[in-house]
Amino acid sequence: MSKQTVPAIEGWFTSGAEPRLIGSRCTGCATYLFPPRSGFCPNPHCSAEAFEDVELSHEGTIWSFTDAQYQPPAPYISSTDPYEPFAIVAVELEKEGIVVLGQVARGLGVNDLEVGMRVKLEIGTLYEDDEAVHEMWAWRPVGAN
Amino acid sequence: MASEREVVVLGAGMHPWGKWGRSFIEYGVAAARAALDDAGVAWPEIQFVAGADTIRNGYPGYVAGATFSQALGWTGAKISSSYAACASGTQAIASARAQILAGLCEVALVVGADTTPKGFFAPVGGERRDDPDWLRFHLLGATNPTYFGLYARRRMALHGATDIDFATVKVKNAAHGLGNPYARYRKETSVEEVLNSPMVADPLRLLEICATSDGGAALVLCSKEFAERRGATGQVRIAGISTVTPSYPNTVIEMPNFATDSSAVLPVPNEAFRHSIAHAAYEEAGVDPSDVSLAEVYDLSSALELDWYEDLGLCEVGEAEHLLRSGASSLGGRIPVNASGGLSSFGEAIPAQAIAQVCELTWQLRGTAEGRQVEGAKVGVSANQGLFGHGSSVVVVR
Repeated sequence: MSKQTVPAIEGWFTSGAEPRLIGSRCTGCATYLFPPRSGFCPNPHCSAEAFEDVELSHEGTIWSFTDAQYQPPAPYISSTDPYEPFAIVAVELEKEGIVVLGQVARGLGVNDLEVGMRVKLEIGTLYEDDEAVHEMWAWRPVGAN
Repeated sequence: MASEREVVVLGAGMHPWGKWGRSFIEYGVAAARAALDDAGVAWPEIQFVAGADTIRNGYPGYVAGATFSQALGWTGAKISSSYAACASGTQAIASARAQILAGLCEVALVVGADTTPKGFFAPVGGERRDDPDWLRFHLLGATNPTYFGLYARRRMALHGATDIDFATVKVKNAAHGLGNPYARYRKETSVEEVLNSPMVADPLRLLEICATSDGGAALVLCSKEFAERRGATGQVRIAGISTVTPSYPNTVIEMPNFATDSSAVLPVPNEAFRHSIAHAAYEEAGVDPSDVSLAEVYDLSSALELDWYEDLGLCEVGEAEHLLRSGASSLGGRIPVNASGGLSSFGEAIPAQAIAQVCELTWQLRGTAEGRQVEGAKVGVSANQGLFGHGSSVVVVR
């Protein structure tokens, strides 16, 4: 029997052919939040406490990038043994006016990245344990394989 | 106006930074005794104790005010304990200063000390899926250097900073730290050696990222009247403290967050968070950035120091590389930055670090910073920032 595939965190993204990050939108002032949350609107001029889930733009622009040449400490779980470095990007979503982090798709490194480059959201494996494959979002430069 | 808000720094003391793994209490008590000696004040005279907390040393670390007071011997003094991550030290200084300014006490002791584990800072243990600090490690593998790397690459893209600039900051700070008896690393380095050290978080290399250290720092603060009664005139004074938060929307990605605030419905503030931190301290102190003789800033990475030059108003935005390359931020230059050697030479002892910055500024303004003295220093500024949005900046004058 094959292992089940589960999101590494519930409710932050959708998977499938056209995956999306799920943010929150304030029902009072319409500002966006990511990760999705309940509770209080961060806008100091808004006292609303109700949010609706909203799918965020699946493409954005690289604000900056870096990588992790050394294995991060727990609770990070490496998907490979031995550890293989990965790149991280901060991506500006223009419509929502936010910059959101994510790993870069496996196999790509900082030499494949530039500030200002367009990237697209995809879903990949973060790690695998005895029970399941745990999925997470990642970013890939538009046009890169 | 500004003078009414001033509090005297009567004593400063530190335990050297290192990596010994002994109790943080030991470092804090040594620093406290050194500050008391320096002030000529006996421990039982202290009316208020402000402890800067550490969260990595069990319960005693969370109640640092009581822990240090008990270690020095209970006297019935009033206490406080402050936690604000890297900004804890400034919170403790602000707490003691407010007591003095309000007339609730005349003389106070501020203490911070830490013992740190080796390697990357990891989040507090347990599975905590509602804590962004835990989640960023688990879901992204985003360590502290990840964020420093992002700032550094951004600076390269926007302002043309180079690997050599970042390495030059390290070389400068290592040279400054050589003469500082409290620094952990007292070794010269070269641009070549820095660039040959292993890459950690592109474009930052091992020698460009601040280590974690053990250490302790303390200050004795008092009212002008108390200092005068002791015959201590012409002392260094705290003229301004900033503990501001960001303003919404903060559109710079901050540790440990997954995303920035949204600028969809409100315009981005004119002043970004890090810029607003020092600005608030300058305003309270009634000084202009052009008045500043030296600055102690949080060089968590070599590249981040360049951001601070601009955030502190030491130069215009985009001019930090020029300031560095001209030698202006080196000892002997127009505005030396991190004359102490900075975090580059110390490593970070979290609750002690912001207090240590003020110790250094105090010695510099007194003209007693042997081996690293900034000639004729009159105004000093410190700056850092604590996780989740704690601004931290102190202006001292003489």
